[in-house]
Amino acid sequence: MTTMQEFEFPLMDGTLDGMTHLVSERAIEGDTVLLNMGPQHPSTHGVLRLLLELDGETVITCIPDVGFLHTGVEKNMEAKTYIKAEVMSDRLDYLNNLGNNLVYCLAIEKLTGLDVPVRAQAIRVILVELQRISSHLVWLGTHALDLAAMSVFLYCFREREIILDIFEMVSGQRMMTTYIRPGGLWRDVPDEFEQAVRQFLEAFPERIDQYESLLTKNPLFLQRTKGLGVMTQEDALRWGVTGPMLRASGLAHDLRIAQPYSGYEQYDFDIPTHTDGDTYARYVVRMEEMRQSIKIVQQALDKLPYGPVRSNNRKYVPPPRSELSTSMEAVIHHFKLWTEGFTPPKGSVYVGVESPRGELGVYLESDGGPKPYRIHWRTPSFMNLQTLPMLAKGNLVADLVALIGTADIVLGDVDR
Amino acid sequence: MMDEKLQSIVDPIKERFSALVYVYADEASLIIPPEMIVEACRVLRDEHHFELLVEETAVDYWPELKPRFHIVIRLRSLKHNLIIGMRVPLDGNFPSMPTLENVYPNANWFERELWDMFGIRFLGHSDLRRILMPHDWEGHPLRKDFPLGYEEPQYSFNFDEIDLRKPYAKE
Repeated sequence: MTTMQEFEFPLMDGTLDGMTHLVSERAIEGDTVLLNMGPQHPSTHGVLRLLLELDGETVITCIPDVGFLHTGVEKNMEAKTYIKAEVMSDRLDYLNNLGNNLVYCLAIEKLTGLDVPVRAQAIRVILVELQRISSHLVWLGTHALDLAAMSVFLYCFREREIILDIFEMVSGQRMMTTYIRPGGLWRDVPDEFEQAVRQFLEAFPERIDQYESLLTKNPLFLQRTKGLGVMTQEDALRWGVTGPMLRASGLAHDLRIAQPYSGYEQYDFDIPTHTDGDTYARYVVRMEEMRQSIKIVQQALDKLPYGPVRSNNRKYVPPPRSELSTSMEAVIHHFKLWTEGFTPPKGSVYVGVESPRGELGVYLESDGGPKPYRIHWRTPSFMNLQTLPMLAKGNLVADLVALIGTADIVLGDVDR
Repeated sequence: MMDEKLQSIVDPIKERFSALVYVYADEASLIIPPEMIVEACRVLRDEHHFELLVEETAVDYWPELKPRFHIVIRLRSLKHNLIIGMRVPLDGNFPSMPTLENVYPNANWFERELWDMFGIRFLGHSDLRRILMPHDWEGHPLRKDFPLGYEEPQYSFNFDEIDLRKPYAKE
């Protein structure tokens, strides 16, 4: 096996050796200070380590060091059948569990050509949009907390709890849902679901106004965010930035509209954009996105069709529990699917969806066996975090906290 | 079936780089040799508006050695609303290809991840260090010949023998 030492590439050995190409000349002479921020730091939203080169309080270079939350999800998935591997997808981006389930299932459905019933698609959209709201709530709360607005955090988590209760109602789990399955859903939503969502929809728009009344015109918040971390459209594209960060730079690109999936084409909603590209613009875009999500959920709930919630294709989807006691065929299918798993045809697909953070994609390759031959998660946080050195350059350390918050990274999503 | 617009982009690229085209579930992948990939990306970006590098990853076909790896590159065009895939076959012995960093800067971290996980060298890369695994990690975990890492059970008769090679912090 080849080792690193055989090549002339620099090592990451905890000292500056091997990283001299990343810092300025002055750091080597000892003119500037090197400061380690994280991995255990309340404002890095997880375990992110930043090596900072500082001149006084000004950041000259910022070197992100990721991987502290690496759990080898891709390798582990290769060792599990398609159905069993799905539980690992929840654990990637732990604020967007249903979105991860969705993109994984879409990839399998594309690979195998499985149909999804319309009711399942509508419920998927409702849940994923609720998930988007809850993810944005966590972002808003922590971002505001980083900028010393404590109360917003408490309000956001209060509303997020209502959404998590809805998830618990449908899947039995608040966060690690694994509710969306290849070919549909685990089971139909309970009767109370519609009422619970409607109650939330009724109360929530007012709550967004409340958050906005705390922040949008707050001079302290404006001072901390306006003009900070400006990203131009060209830079955003060059660095592969997607999602609200790209839209805040003025590009109305949203996969829900550009390449609709799960029936998004039926719903009427706008893509909020902003032209400033700074931290405040990203705040405005995300706040508006929550309102648009409400609009989508409302429409999907109003025309929620009746019918089955999973495909009838027994070669990929387990039979319902009720059939097991009467049909031998069902028992065989059940047994085969939960032991051997299903075998999609040989081939590879890529599916991208719009997660709360940007384009979340799955590259799935099958060799015709029951386990994924290769699965790659194209995660938005990984790409968005890469722009941090560029944004941080020349800013104060205190503003770095705002810049990490505005990128809305989830370290589980970065490190996979 | 490939989209007509995509077909009109794929055809000239195919001619120019003598690439093979592989289509599965309406996704087109061009198989391009490593020495031409940078030029192909540059042409796609500048002439066909593929502004966004969506992903750069790899697949290991071990024990096959020629080619052992396929680098999978995916570009998105916001203007045409299209996505195009490219695959670069690499041999198993010291796999390397030129970096895409100069065309798409965000290839930086993707390529660091590929070096880390597959041991593929990117020539001309500005900062090829490990990204996800610890800096002193040996081997490249996503290669198919890298074990998933089960723990060896120690019994009384072979406790010390296994203990010697067990990877944990001693003392």
